[in-house]
Amino acid sequence: MKFSEQWLREWVNPPVDTEALGDQLTFMGLEVDEIVSAAPEFVDVVVARIVSTEQHPDADRLRVCQVDYGQAETVQVVCGAPNARAGLTTALAQVGGRLPDGTKLKKAKLRGVVSMGMLCSGSELQLSEDSDGIIELSDDAPTGKPLVEWLELDDSIIDIELTADRGDCLSIRGIARDVCARNDLPMLLHEITAMPVQIDDQWSVEVAEGSACVRFTGRVVRDINISEPTPAWMVERLRRSGVRSINSAVDITNYVMLELGQPMHAFDLDKLQGSIQVRLAKASEKLTLLDGREVSLDESTTIIADDRGPIGIAGIMGGESTGVSDTTRNIFFESALFLPEMIAGKPRRYASHTDSAHRFERGVDPAGQLDALEYATGLMLNISGGKVGPVMDWSERSRMPQRDAVMVRNSRLVRVLGITPSSETVQMIFTRLGIDSKQTEDGWQVQAPSYRYDLAIEEDYIEEVARIIGFDKLPRTHLSNTPVFTPLDEAAVPVIDVKKRLVSIGYQEVITYSFVEAGQQQTLRPDLTALALANPMSSEMSVMRTTLVGGLVNTLKRNASRQISSMKLFETGLRFLPNDDRGPIDQLDDYIVASHGDVQQIDDSIQQQEMLAGLVAGRLDAENWNADSTQADFYVVKRQIENLLAQANGMTATFARSDLPMLHPGQQAAVQVAGQLVGYVGAMNPGIMKELDLEMNVVVFEFSLQALRQSRVPKAAQLSRFPQVRRDLAFVVDESVSYQQMLDVVRNSVKSRLVDVRIFDVYQGENIEKGKKSLALGLILQDFSRTLQDKDADKVVARVTDALAASLGAVLRV
Amino acid sequence: MPLDLDNLINEATGMVAEAGSLDQLEAVRVELMGKKGRLTGVLKSIGTLPPEEKPAAGQAVNKVKVAVQALIDERKQLLDHAALAEKLASDALDITLPGGGHPTGGLHPITLTVERISALFGQLGFVTANGPEIEDDFHNFEALNMPEHHPARAAHDTFYFDVNRLLRTQTSSVQVRYMQNVKPPLRIISPGRVYRVDSDMTHSPMFHQVEGLLVDENVSLSDLMGHLESFLNMFFDQDNCEIRFRPSYFPFTEPSAEVDIRINKGPWLEVLGSGIVHPSVFRAVGIDTERYTGYAFGMGVERLAMLRYGVDDLRLFFENDLRFLSQFH
Repeated sequence: MKFSEQWLREWVNPPVDTEALGDQLTFMGLEVDEIVSAAPEFVDVVVARIVSTEQHPDADRLRVCQVDYGQAETVQVVCGAPNARAGLTTALAQVGGRLPDGTKLKKAKLRGVVSMGMLCSGSELQLSEDSDGIIELSDDAPTGKPLVEWLELDDSIIDIELTADRGDCLSIRGIARDVCARNDLPMLLHEITAMPVQIDDQWSVEVAEGSACVRFTGRVVRDINISEPTPAWMVERLRRSGVRSINSAVDITNYVMLELGQPMHAFDLDKLQGSIQVRLAKASEKLTLLDGREVSLDESTTIIADDRGPIGIAGIMGGESTGVSDTTRNIFFESALFLPEMIAGKPRRYASHTDSAHRFERGVDPAGQLDALEYATGLMLNISGGKVGPVMDWSERSRMPQRDAVMVRNSRLVRVLGITPSSETVQMIFTRLGIDSKQTEDGWQVQAPSYRYDLAIEEDYIEEVARIIGFDKLPRTHLSNTPVFTPLDEAAVPVIDVKKRLVSIGYQEVITYSFVEAGQQQTLRPDLTALALANPMSSEMSVMRTTLVGGLVNTLKRNASRQISSMKLFETGLRFLPNDDRGPIDQLDDYIVASHGDVQQIDDSIQQQEMLAGLVAGRLDAENWNADSTQADFYVVKRQIENLLAQANGMTATFARSDLPMLHPGQQAAVQVAGQLVGYVGAMNPGIMKELDLEMNVVVFEFSLQALRQSRVPKAAQLSRFPQVRRDLAFVVDESVSYQQMLDVVRNSVKSRLVDVRIFDVYQGENIEKGKKSLALGLILQDFSRTLQDKDADKVVARVTDALAASLGAVLRV
Repeated sequence: MPLDLDNLINEATGMVAEAGSLDQLEAVRVELMGKKGRLTGVLKSIGTLPPEEKPAAGQAVNKVKVAVQALIDERKQLLDHAALAEKLASDALDITLPGGGHPTGGLHPITLTVERISALFGQLGFVTANGPEIEDDFHNFEALNMPEHHPARAAHDTFYFDVNRLLRTQTSSVQVRYMQNVKPPLRIISPGRVYRVDSDMTHSPMFHQVEGLLVDENVSLSDLMGHLESFLNMFFDQDNCEIRFRPSYFPFTEPSAEVDIRINKGPWLEVLGSGIVHPSVFRAVGIDTERYTGYAFGMGVERLAMLRYGVDDLRLFFENDLRFLSQFH
């Protein structure tokens, strides 16, 4: 809310300067966004009156004016404004002066005629948006008086940002209450008197049951002179609150709303047909709003209607058909109370975040309707004249907001705030804020004033005490309670450790958005269904990722366009797999789905899993004089993954064939630990990379982060004192036989003494039949009770050879 | 036959001294002391002497043999040293050439910031808790005292999937989940991604918060301010950051305070929202409001990272330009 400092000081005038006043507001929770001077930065602009005008000899649109600006002699000013006429009081920017946009005024010749300065429009002086003509001041303005003084521009505009609970401060009076409490000052008297009723006219108002309206006051005012301009002081105050002047009736409703916090509406009485009805809208009813938009109303919306149908959305915006215009003679003022819970959500629904809606949504004082109506009536009579009809006042007491009595215990206050304010201080704060309070044995019995919707429980009142004392005055203490030990699972590896391991082998962490483009997602994981946002910001961020690989690929792409094409990247974070209507998820994902780590799930509809994904592209090492130019390939990345898994849980990973479409069909693997699938690794499928417009060799991996975090508490095993024996054997097998198959056979054939198997050569070529390959294995043997003899080793070799021959047709090379 | 031993010694001395390499020295050794060497010959000739002369002659020859061997050993050592010195000289490297290896990796500045926050709160016994990012309405709003149509909801421009499921707008949802499962006293922080429909110079549709919650007996607003003020000083390595607490409004805390900091007399920047946990939140998770009080806070990680590392554009954190990220190695 923006407002004039002077206006506030009419209600309470604490002995502090503008800056200190701003600090007070901020420290009471009415955060000051900005304080600016009310006067735009113009220099040497004075009140002036046009004495005479004559047509410019050489320009149709220009007039040559003689202007009285308070000096002995008039000056000649050439002016193009259509309203430049003799007798008009306006503003003159004198030679040597300056306009807010920086223009300096010099003696000039316009088409040969001398002009000593410039007559200014509202927009040129940045006082309004009006640029149609020069500013029109009231005739009593003394010529020569600096405009700053005449318009009382020596003022500050304070802009405060209010929290959603402080609807009561959406008015000068409301802000003044807090300032009173802070400075322990009484509020300056603003008596509002009832206007004498001059005519009998009443207008029938019917409020239907169940509408948002619980109080409706109003009255008829006839024979107003709407052409009478709104006085400059009011226009200025409205301007300082960011409200544009429209006509006196509308300006008055806005002015009253700003000062007292009660939104009002003025109807053109002659455009109303039949009684005013306040009711819920019917389905399919339509309304053209004051701003010209037509909206379809829904049945939960309270409207104002007449016999023809809707004429306004209650508390939000009036309709075009019954609005006050230049020709209005008779008006009906409405000052009502609509319940916040029934207005809430409606401004959004109708895209009408008006000042009125803003206040009703947050709660308007249930006791303020009549004051506002009388105040507005008085202003109307002063400005535009008119004859006043009797007040109508309808209310439904039982539905009006109630303020319950609450106990505020002193002990609780001390406990929550950590200070012990004197009971006088607490009493003063309650009183100044309008809180009804009675001191009791252990504190106070309090009741909130009608305008405070935010005071309900004990803590709310305790906060009021802290707020007015000032958070800056509270001590800074450190809780004396000792923290207690919490469980520390040695088998759970912190995520940061996993990240640091990757960093230590040259990986850079990135953070990409969790929502991604649907098309790319579909290209990468056509087997998974991505969950779509109902209200995405753009198509690039429309579905939740089912894989972290997309973000890494995009990062690669962006950096490659900046000539960085070798990189190792990783990211950790959630991926999101909906359960409903999901495509055929492979076995791998089914396992990963079952392992969430410590991320709690909201329900069965969606799986949110912590993943770790990596990408390696280009050279592995930095360019260097002696480095070989090894490019990223499957085995290099596999080695890193084996290492990571070994570091994480001390176990050996096994790799099985897999068939993810985004990966190269012959260079990908599902990774298993202890028989469980934990992720995959592979070269990106060149076909997919082409679709993504990235033709380069890239290896990626993606794991359940949980797999890398699940460690174990070590258990020391017995060590053998006897020496190891090694036997090296080379076997020829079909090239389709995998190393893993051989290893499984070897391990199954020898149950004891075999402590390790190493593969030290893979060979195809000379001396090996086409379609075959040779694998050379080293068997490491050891016993716990004795030194192994040759014949023991021979036995093992025989068993292994037989088993490999039987299972895989392996032939021992000799 | 007289043994011309003196002459032999002289000759041997000359030969050894002239051996310029280990190979030549070996040849000299063979010539003098090999199977057919001259000293061996002399030794053999002793057999032809009359028996009474044999012992003295044997002794004399052995003496010569020991002397010659000593000469050779000495020479060998000398040549060994020379050979090693030559080899070492030829093996010298340009030690200024770079060692090479893989380029340095690094953590993202957001991670560095979260780790710093976690480490500081860890000193006071705070442990880390995690929660889901797709949340239900109950945990993100309702349990935090923000029923449907609550005006405070308008400030959370929420991404929705359907009427019940949404992307969490704040990490505060984790508070509720944690308190449903763990009984006080408790101290947790919960870092993570949060989402709001907003994007410009200073807003990203995805950003990070660290939520904090402390529940114990006798926790007051003054404790909250003491802890957070000293946290901010430690975080920024300062003795007295300009820090201000101002009353604010969050439906799930009462009283509530926002925390602004100011560096080098610049503008005040909001970095934290905080407050004393609202009794309704405690009631929703079954914590005795008379026995326990607690404080909660939520801080914007990007804002803290920007201030600490001098980053002037929020969007840099998510563009993942490696030139930007590599500055944090």
